[in-house]
Amino acid sequence: MIPAPFDYYAPTSLAEALTLLQRHGDDAKILAGGHSLLPAMKLRLASPSVLIDINKVAELRGIKVNGTVEIGAMTTWSAIEHHADLAKACPAMADAVALIGDIQVRNRGTIGGSLAHADPAADMPAVILAVDAQIHVEGPNGPRAIAAADFFTDMLSTALEPGEIITSITFDSHGAGEGSAYAKFPHPASRYAIVGAAAYVKMENGQVTACRVAITGAGPKAERQSAVEQALIGTDGSADAVAAAAAHAGEGMDMLGDIHASDEYRRAMCKVYTKRALLKAIERAR
Amino acid sequence: MTATEMKERLVGRALKRREDPKLITGHGNYLDDIKLPGMLHIALVRSPYAHAKIVSIDASKALAMPGVVAVFTGKDMLDINPMPAAWQAAGVKNYPVPPRALAVDKVALVGDPVAMVVAENRYIARDAADLVEVEYEPLPAVVDARKAVEPGAPQIHEAAPNNIVFEWECGNKDAADAAIASAEVVVKEEIINQRLIPTPMETRGSIARYDPLTGEWTVWMTSQAPHVHRLLLTAFVFGVPETKLRCIAPNVGGGFGQKIFCYNDMAFTMWAARKLGRPVKFVEDRSENYKYSTHGRDHITEAELAGTRDGKITGLRVKTWANIGAYFSTVAAGIPTTLYGRIITGVYKIPAAYVHVTGAYTNTAMVDAYRGAGRPEASYLIERMVDRFAAEIGMDPAEVRRKNFIQPEDFPYDNGLGLLPYDSGNYEPALNKALEIAGYAEFRKQQEELRKQGRYLGIGISSYVEICGIAPSAWMGGQGWGAGLWESANVRVHLTGKVVVTTGSLPHGQGLETTFAQIVADELGVPYEDVEIQWGDTQGTPFGYGTYGSRSLAVGGVAIKRSVDKIKEKARKLAAHLLEANEADIVFENGRAYVKGSPDKGKTIGELAAAAAVAYNLPPGMEPFLDETSYYDPPNCTFPFGTHVSIVEVDPETGHVKLLRYIAVDDCGNQINPLIVEGQIHGGIAQGLAQALYEGAVYNEDGQLLTGTLMDYAVPTAAMVPHIETDHTVTPSPVNPLGVKGAGEAGTIASAQCVMNAIIDALAPFGVKHLQMPATPERIWKAIHGK
Repeated sequence: MIPAPFDYYAPTSLAEALTLLQRHGDDAKILAGGHSLLPAMKLRLASPSVLIDINKVAELRGIKVNGTVEIGAMTTWSAIEHHADLAKACPAMADAVALIGDIQVRNRGTIGGSLAHADPAADMPAVILAVDAQIHVEGPNGPRAIAAADFFTDMLSTALEPGEIITSITFDSHGAGEGSAYAKFPHPASRYAIVGAAAYVKMENGQVTACRVAITGAGPKAERQSAVEQALIGTDGSADAVAAAAAHAGEGMDMLGDIHASDEYRRAMCKVYTKRALLKAIERAR
Repeated sequence: MTATEMKERLVGRALKRREDPKLITGHGNYLDDIKLPGMLHIALVRSPYAHAKIVSIDASKALAMPGVVAVFTGKDMLDINPMPAAWQAAGVKNYPVPPRALAVDKVALVGDPVAMVVAENRYIARDAADLVEVEYEPLPAVVDARKAVEPGAPQIHEAAPNNIVFEWECGNKDAADAAIASAEVVVKEEIINQRLIPTPMETRGSIARYDPLTGEWTVWMTSQAPHVHRLLLTAFVFGVPETKLRCIAPNVGGGFGQKIFCYNDMAFTMWAARKLGRPVKFVEDRSENYKYSTHGRDHITEAELAGTRDGKITGLRVKTWANIGAYFSTVAAGIPTTLYGRIITGVYKIPAAYVHVTGAYTNTAMVDAYRGAGRPEASYLIERMVDRFAAEIGMDPAEVRRKNFIQPEDFPYDNGLGLLPYDSGNYEPALNKALEIAGYAEFRKQQEELRKQGRYLGIGISSYVEICGIAPSAWMGGQGWGAGLWESANVRVHLTGKVVVTTGSLPHGQGLETTFAQIVADELGVPYEDVEIQWGDTQGTPFGYGTYGSRSLAVGGVAIKRSVDKIKEKARKLAAHLLEANEADIVFENGRAYVKGSPDKGKTIGELAAAAAVAYNLPPGMEPFLDETSYYDPPNCTFPFGTHVSIVEVDPETGHVKLLRYIAVDDCGNQINPLIVEGQIHGGIAQGLAQALYEGAVYNEDGQLLTGTLMDYAVPTAAMVPHIETDHTVTPSPVNPLGVKGAGEAGTIASAQCVMNAIIDALAPFGVKHLQMPATPERIWKAIHGK
C-alpha cells in the first residue's frame, strides 16, 4: 500500500476521539476496520491528511442481548457472527454477517464503520432497516439517536453530521411469532451484494401482522420496500402470497447497472431475493 | 546395500514437494523482499488515456520534491532499442511494434508509461509521480480486434496499416470450402474467447544494479525465462555482449505465462541504474499489473463445422480475429497461429480444415501466452462446435466424439495443419473412463426426470489434445520463433557423493525441484536427499529457454536424464578400471557399478565420485570429476490428451450455476510425481472453469479497463471451485526416454468448454444453442427468458 502521506492518531477514549475529530475537521477520517477506507487510500481515491484510528476505544465494542440488542459500533463482524444469543435475537443479522467478505474481512471489519461508510452494496444497511434499528451517535452537540429509516440519505451518504461518531446500534430482539432472514446475490469478485434482501415478519394467528423488507445493492442506497410490506400484511404468508408481494420489490427504486448486472436484471433479482428472504423469515416466525 | 537389494524407485511416487516448507512458512525470497544498499525506487507516470499524443511533460514540481533523484521520459531513453518481437507469425509479413522502455510522442493504452520518477523511497516516488504534469491530445480509441481492422478505425501505429499485426492461415481452404458447400449439415457460430488477466499472486518487477568499473549489470527479475531475458536485453535492447548481464529470478510467485516476456521495466531499471550509478527497483502494484502486464485469449471467431446426418465430421472452417493489444509482446504472434490454428481439429479426424487468423492492434493491454496459450482457444472452439453439431443432428455428444476420434493405429498422426505428428494417443478409453465415473447413462435418465420437476441439470464433455514439450528447435525456427527451444542441464557428483544439478528451467510453482530430484535419485541410485536442484541465476546455470508450454519435464527433465546417463557411462569406465574388469562386463544398478556375475565386487557411485574427484587412479585419458552437461533438443513435441466431464445445475430463476461434479481423466504419459500432476490439473481446472463462469477483462469503448481491480475481476476463491475427481490413463510418449508428456496446462485447456457444454446442455429445454463466456447468472437468465 502506497498511500499519500497522512498523520495518524490512536485515541483510547471516545471523548479523545471526538476532540481530535473536532480539531481536524474535514481533513480527518475515522479509521474503524479499514476495509473500505484503506483500499480507497491505496488507490488514492481518498487521501485524508489525518487518520483517527478508534480501534483502541474499548467502550465502543461489545454486544448485549436482553430483550433489546445493543451492538457497539466497533464490534467486528466476527464477534457478531459468533454470538449465539444474537443469532437467536435476529437471524437476519446472522445470515448477513456470515456472507460478508471472507474470514479476514470479518475479523477486521466493524458494524459502525460499515454503516458510516454506507456503501450501496453493503449487507448490513438492509438488515438494520428491516429490524428498524436505532443508530446512536455522539458529537459536538452531545448524543442523539437516528432511526435506520432516516440514516441512509444517498450513495455513500448518511445523516451523520460533521464531528459525529457512531457509538452503537440498538433494536428489539425477536419475540414469539417473529422471524427474519437475509438473502444475498453476491458479486463474484468483491462479494458485496449485487442484490441483498432483508425481511422481518411477525405472524399472529396464522396471519402476517407486521412486515419490514429492505433491499441493498440494487440501488444507490438501501431502501425499505413499503409496497411489498403492505401487500404481505394481512395475508397468510403462503408461498403464493409471498410471491405476489415480492413482485412489488424494487418499485420506485433507481436501479444501478454495471458490467456484472444490468439494471433490468437487478430489478428482476430484487423480486427473487425478496421472495427468498420472506419465505425464510416466515418459516422462522412460524 | 548389496546389489540384490533393490532401492525403492521414487519415480511414480506421490512425494510432497520439497520446495513447499520454505514457501508456505514465509521464508521464500521474492523480488520485493530484495533490498540492496543505496537502492532507489521507481514510480511510473502512466497515461489515463487509451490513445493520445503526448504534447508536453513538465517534471519541475516533481523534481523539486525532497527525495526525488531524477525524472526521465521516453525521449531520454532513445539510446536503447524497443523490446524484441521474438516470435512472429510464420510465413507471412508481420508488422511488429513492440513497446519501448517508456512511451515516446504518443500513448496507445491506458497505463502506458510516459515518465518515471526515481526517488529515495517508494512513497516519495509515488507522490512525486502525481506532480508530473503531462499534457495529452486525446485520439479516438478502439478496443475490439474485429472493429480495429475495419476501414475508418483509429490508426494506432504508423508502421502497422489498418492495425494489422499479421494475416495468417493454415490448412486447406479449397477443401474446407468444398466440404462445407456440399455438407448434409453445417453448424455456424460466433464464438468469443474472452480476454483474461493471468493474475499471478506476485506481480511483476525488476531490480537492476550496474557496476561502472566492469560495465556489468545484475538484474533480479520476476521471470519464467532469465536466460532468454539476458539474451534479449543485451543483444537486442542494449546492444552489448550478453556477458555484461547476469539475470537472477528469485522465488517467482506464479507466472501463468505473464512472466515469460521481456518487459519495459527490465530495460528502464537497467538504463536508470547505469545512468544514476545506484541500484533501482520497480515493482508493479496490482492495478498496474492489470493495466499493463500481458493478458490472455481475446479471440473473436466465426466457425463453421460440416458433417453428415449420421455424425461424421467432414469439414471445419475458422476465421479468427486475435487481439494483440497496443503493442507486440515478446511471443504474441505465435500464440494465435502455431499454437492455435495448427491444432484446431483437436482429437478428431477432420478431412478438410482451414483457419484464417488476423492479429490486430487495439488500445488495450498486450495479449500474449496465458496458461495453455492458443490451445485452450482451439480446444474450446472445436469442443463447442462438436457439441453444437451433436445437438443439431440429435445425436449423443459422446457418440459423435467416438465416431470421429483419431484411432490408436493412426499414430503418429498428421492432422494436415502443419503441425508435427501427434506422438501417441488412445482417446476412447479416457472418454469411457470419464463417462463411467460420471455415471453418464444414469445421469441422462435422472436429468430427464428432474426436468419434469423444473430442475435443470446438464452434463458437459470435453475431449482434448494439446501440445506440450514445445520444441524442437528446427521446427520452431520454421514457425517464426526467433531462437532455439532445446534445454540443457549440468550434473555433478561431488567428492562426498552429493549430486548437484543445475538447470536452465525456471520453476515458479511446478514443483520441478522435487520432480527432477526424483529422476536423478532413481537414475543414479543415490538418496533423494543427496540431490540438489539449482536454478534461476544465469551465472550459475547452463542456458535454458525457460519454463512455459508444459516443457520443463519433457525437455528440461530429459536434458538432466541425459547428463546422468553420461555420468553413469563415465562411472562404468572408471569402475572397470578400478575393478580390473572389462568395461563391457560392468553393470550399473542401484547406485553401484559391479562386475556382471559378481555383485559383491563393485563400487558405489559415491566411491566412484570420490575416486574421480581425487584423481589418484584414473584410466588413461580420463578427466577428473563426474561432471557432465547435456543439451537436449527433442525430435517432436508431445501431445497429452484426456476427457473431462462436468455436471451442473442451473437455477432458472436467477441463472446461477452450481457445479455439482467435475471429473478429469488425463493422460500425460508417464507420471513422475502423481501428486504434482494432480496439483497441476487442479490449478489448471480452476483457471479454466473461472473462464467459463467468472473471469473476463472488460474495456469500455474509450479503452478504460472496467475490471481493473480484484474487486471487479472475479478470480475464484477456493470456495468457488468444486471437488475435482481425478483419474488418468497412461500412454507413454515415444518422443523421449522418460515417456513423459507434460501436465502444466492440460487442466486449463480442457475445462472451460467442459463447463460451458454442461451449462448449454442444462439449458437445452429453453432452446439455447450457445452462450458466450463467462456464463454469468445474468447471461443465463437472459438466455432462459429470451432477452
